[in-house]
Amino acid sequence: MARSPVAARKAPARQTRLLIATRKGLWSLASDVSRNGWKLSGPQFLGHIVHHAITDPRAPRLQLAAARTGHLGPTVFRSSDAGRTWKEAQRPPAFAHGSGRVVDHTFWLTPGHADEPGVFYAGTSPQGLFRSADAGATWEGIDGFNAHPQRKAWCGGDQEGTPDGAKLHSILVDPRDSKHLYIGMSGGGVFESVDGGADWRPLNRGVRADFMPEPSPEYGHDPHCVRFAGGNPDRLYQQNHCGIYRLDRPGDTWQEIGTSMPKSVGSVGFPLVVHPQDPDSLWVVPMDGTTVWPRTAPGGRPAVYRSRDGGKSWKRQDQGLPRSQAWWTVKRQAMTSDSRDPTGIYFGTTSGEVWGSRDEGRSFRCLARHLPQIYALECAAA
Amino acid sequence: MTAQSSPEVATIVRVRIPSPLRSYTGAAEVGVAVPLLAPELPPTIGGVLATIDGAYPGLRFRIVDEQGQIRPHIRLFVGNAATRDLGTPIASGEVLMIVAALSGG
Repeated sequence: MARSPVAARKAPARQTRLLIATRKGLWSLASDVSRNGWKLSGPQFLGHIVHHAITDPRAPRLQLAAARTGHLGPTVFRSSDAGRTWKEAQRPPAFAHGSGRVVDHTFWLTPGHADEPGVFYAGTSPQGLFRSADAGATWEGIDGFNAHPQRKAWCGGDQEGTPDGAKLHSILVDPRDSKHLYIGMSGGGVFESVDGGADWRPLNRGVRADFMPEPSPEYGHDPHCVRFAGGNPDRLYQQNHCGIYRLDRPGDTWQEIGTSMPKSVGSVGFPLVVHPQDPDSLWVVPMDGTTVWPRTAPGGRPAVYRSRDGGKSWKRQDQGLPRSQAWWTVKRQAMTSDSRDPTGIYFGTTSGEVWGSRDEGRSFRCLARHLPQIYALECAAA
Repeated sequence: MTAQSSPEVATIVRVRIPSPLRSYTGAAEVGVAVPLLAPELPPTIGGVLATIDGAYPGLRFRIVDEQGQIRPHIRLFVGNAATRDLGTPIASGEVLMIVAALSGG
């Protein structure tokens, strides 16, 4: 299914606003026009575990936040006034009664296709896929995935996941075709649907799974974050438990592109972001994936790595970042880029800091600190 | 305040609400008028929670999952007796207490 590259994004916003989802609530950071001055606002939902908060590019005043608390079950909140007031979903994502499955938390939110206003997708822990057609008010399970006869083989049992729970994430909607979807699962792998989620097939050829008995299985992989390349949805990038990969459709074999990363740093990480227009530009944040998997900045010296050639080569970007004794991690949703020129790169840390660059990663500075552990960072309409 | 459903054939119970759920009720205790299907069929905790959800939409799902099980860190007491069975009967005038347990930072 060959598809041509899509046009660049619409005119960029004059300011940048970041939604900061944390383990203890939701904050936002708003910039001035130069992205030099930043103002922190919040908290909202203080004490709630907010796994993801997004804005709707089709209706920028609409925002969704996936939340639960330590004791209460999961839900989704909606705002139609750019985050000033919120209403709870009337029917949050929940598995079918009688399925025996229970949503622990909604982990990932994705706006639907531009031609389907009000449509959103949600990925949950344990792995489940849900859709809302009314701007997040009510959610229905996508049976083509949740009730697929192979789902348990793909994902394992609900109790077999990682310590923080197995997750369905990286829900990608092809901007040229609302029926063409990708998902990532930790664990399970990357899967593709060409019929709006009615059926799915694994898409993991070429990706290592060296923690499995069979190192090149059809499924069972651990993608951490999957993104469309900027301006070209025929290219996918993937930060995986076992390296960094690129896939150029209609091909179905991923190419490992993390092998040129420095051996002392490695190619393990959680997040991956792309340049909004340049399909060859992407950024990752490596972490320590040795021995017991500390998942910290390697050597306590955090850095972003950027490739401008589709992953053939990488350049370390650490200007302004701590030089030593910084042991934080950047989670998979906690890194984003804006649509300004030059592109801004932002990430939030497990130690509650937000770092930003307004020059495509050449230099960073701390925009906020002392927040709770940051789970997700997304650009919103300013 | 009282969450009502057919009050002329209902049993009134009181429900104590823990602080994490007061964003729904706005009060630490609410009265619930649970429909009485037949004199020999007393209302149950499940009936109380269904009724209270009608008045405060969304509250039930925060403490009972989609398979009808009480969530792991929620405890329910009828009087002084703990129960995890939504079929537990509750009599007029009794108190249902919802406890939300949390630990760690």
